Amino acid sequence: MDFRNTPRIDQVAVEEKVARFGTRSIKKESKMQALKLALSMIDHTTLEGMDSEGRVEQLCHKAMQPIVGQPDIPTVAAICVYPLFVKKAKSVLKDSGIKVASVATAFPSGHALLQYKLDETKFCVDQGADEIDMVISRGRFHQGDYNYVFDEIAAVKEACGSAHLKVILETGELGTLDQVRRASDIAIAAGGDFIKTSTGKVNPAATLPVTLVMLEAIRDHYDKTGIMVGMKPAGGIRDTKTALKYLVMVKETLGSAWLNPDWFRFGASSLTNDLLMQIMKQKTGVYQSLDYFSQD
Amino acid sequence: MAHSNEMGAPLDFKGLWQYDAAPEDKSQVKIAPRYNHFINGKFVEPDSGEYFDTISPSTEEKLSEIALANENDVDKAVKAARKAQKDWAKLPGKERGKYLFRIARLMQERARAFSVIESMDGGKPIRESRDVDVPLAAAHFFYYAGWADKLEYAYPGKKASPKGVAGQIIPWNFPLLMAAWKLAPALATGNTVVLKPAETTPLTSMFLAELIRDAGIPDGVVNIVNGMGATGAALVNHPDINKIAFTGSTPVGKFIQKALAGRDVSYTLELGGKAANIIFEDAPIDQAVEGIINGIFFNQGHVCCAGSRLFVQESVANEVMRKLKYRIDTLVVGDPLDKNTDIGAINSKKQLDKINELIQAGIDEGGQVYKANVSTPDKGFWCAPTLFTEVSQAHRIVNEEIFGPVLTIQTFRTPDEAIKKANNTAFGLSGGVWTDKGAKIFNVTSQLRAGVIWANTYNKFDPTSPFGGYKESGMGREGGLHGLTPYVNLD
Repeated sequence: MDFRNTPRIDQVAVEEKVARFGTRSIKKESKMQALKLALSMIDHTTLEGMDSEGRVEQLCHKAMQPIVGQPDIPTVAAICVYPLFVKKAKSVLKDSGIKVASVATAFPSGHALLQYKLDETKFCVDQGADEIDMVISRGRFHQGDYNYVFDEIAAVKEACGSAHLKVILETGELGTLDQVRRASDIAIAAGGDFIKTSTGKVNPAATLPVTLVMLEAIRDHYDKTGIMVGMKPAGGIRDTKTALKYLVMVKETLGSAWLNPDWFRFGASSLTNDLLMQIMKQKTGVYQSLDYFSQD
Repeated sequence: MAHSNEMGAPLDFKGLWQYDAAPEDKSQVKIAPRYNHFINGKFVEPDSGEYFDTISPSTEEKLSEIALANENDVDKAVKAARKAQKDWAKLPGKERGKYLFRIARLMQERARAFSVIESMDGGKPIRESRDVDVPLAAAHFFYYAGWADKLEYAYPGKKASPKGVAGQIIPWNFPLLMAAWKLAPALATGNTVVLKPAETTPLTSMFLAELIRDAGIPDGVVNIVNGMGATGAALVNHPDINKIAFTGSTPVGKFIQKALAGRDVSYTLELGGKAANIIFEDAPIDQAVEGIINGIFFNQGHVCCAGSRLFVQESVANEVMRKLKYRIDTLVVGDPLDKNTDIGAINSKKQLDKINELIQAGIDEGGQVYKANVSTPDKGFWCAPTLFTEVSQAHRIVNEEIFGPVLTIQTFRTPDEAIKKANNTAFGLSGGVWTDKGAKIFNVTSQLRAGVIWANTYNKFDPTSPFGGYKESGMGREGGLHGLTPYVNLD
């Protein structure tokens, strides 16, 4: 495959389109539905140097019971942790249905030998990870070494076995939307089950324009092959208002088949409580004190 | 991509999650049961004693009734304008500018009311009246307010004096915005005005009349009379006007040109169009598809510069068609006051009948029709977005201006073929070119015979940019420095 000629992207027009999605007004029942949907799509995440097993355990409990005493509120889709915490997470979540995702391949920089990356991936899978979030080699990508990037993703995919692979493009380091589109096409062609915007460690992280370009890459692949690929914007999505704009964009770009946690995820941490707060507001008509929401 | 293997089943945009209605609040807007003429700073009853109804095209409910102007009413308005003209022209430009600034600011203050009324009376989605019509109308007043005291710089070495009394006849597709396009340059240059709004959309003009009164514009500088074609004809035929500015259909434009032949009345005509929107294979396709949508479905296609003839390079035709169908299935058609509505109501029963007649003609002549999979309300005048393929330059729907949400699609192989077909029309108002190659943009746009050409965008308007047509799309320019010229005599 020749990745030098990928579809062209007009940044100005993408931004206009995104602004137009932003004018959709989500009210009443359609809002409640969207809030619950967004919550069920979250990869509740902790990726810090000071993470500990205790911290991960708290995170898992939050994932299983986002808010006490509200059984009709859905759980999040997955938790996302560093490889060393996969085992702990699995042991807490057990058969809750919540997936465990692990970052791998020398997250977040990706600067490591391929063999190390494959070993790390296999380690995560052996520990029980359901999903692997890998990073692409941005250096090789910018050098124009697209085949290297492709081969690396394909190798990690193989190492994943039956675990799902999410390919992080780190769009904040790609520079242009043309490059975002190119990286998306490479990741999809190499076998990524999901494409993901960011590590959360680079600014800007997920943005609506970047996500739109990636959704369009997914759509083109689907139109050509009939194969669905998932999408995960990650980092920087902190509030409900922004999350709803993403859902509008998915609905109007890919349609209802993608509007579920199997095909769309939010990589986020503080978004969870903001959604919960809005859900309780919709339910009770008033905003609740932040003290009513667990901080995990 | 022409031979790409299309495997995916069509995407579904309907299921699972639908948006609830999110209507703009109209309770703050008070529409009077009856509006009279605005002549010499006052609202006066019509000489005819007659009134006509203005209805909402989305509900078919009567909104108000409007005084009908006969020849005597028009004469009264022209006399008021004539009387006011000398003093208005004598004002220092800076003072006239202040009045225009005041109109602009008041319009911004009352923006919500103007948007709601525009959508109720004309059927256009609130998203457009709120984000396009009203802000642009205010911007026109701001822009020409700036010119009022700088005419000597607009025409260096010459003395610009006003034409006198201008008769201005505006259409129903952008009622307030067209009033702004007409009034702002005329007033800035010291002319006084008799404005005749379209009979299906008089309400925002009457709100504008109230605004002009509240702004303290001297009596008689702006006069507004309503009515049908006969009222417009009375204005055109009035012996004491100096200038006619008309925006509307080409047949009426021809009538005006005939009526004014041999008279010392200058005129500008902004008429119909049948614009070519050309998509090359090296265009950013997803963004081009959005541009096609904006080009033809903006304001239900009631746009003289609408990109109604689409030309797609053959190698990407399948992809563009597929994506166009996806996109039109996601358009929300319905209540103009709903903030999620993309396509509102057709402006009138008459216009809907005309659109439907042309759609039928397209089918009868062998065109392949695709109607968007969208639901429309039972009451009111609606037309789902419509695409036609298998049509040629010989088809009626490719030749005639439809002025509705109907797009004809043809393919081409070379740039020369695209240019030839694009220019093969009696009109020449606008056009669009989509390609990632800068050189191609310059090459193609310089060969298209149209007054406005957009590259990698469509339907972008700005008060600083002149707008107007070639051939049967009219003469004269509105907007920008060029928009001043029709309103001044240069010595």
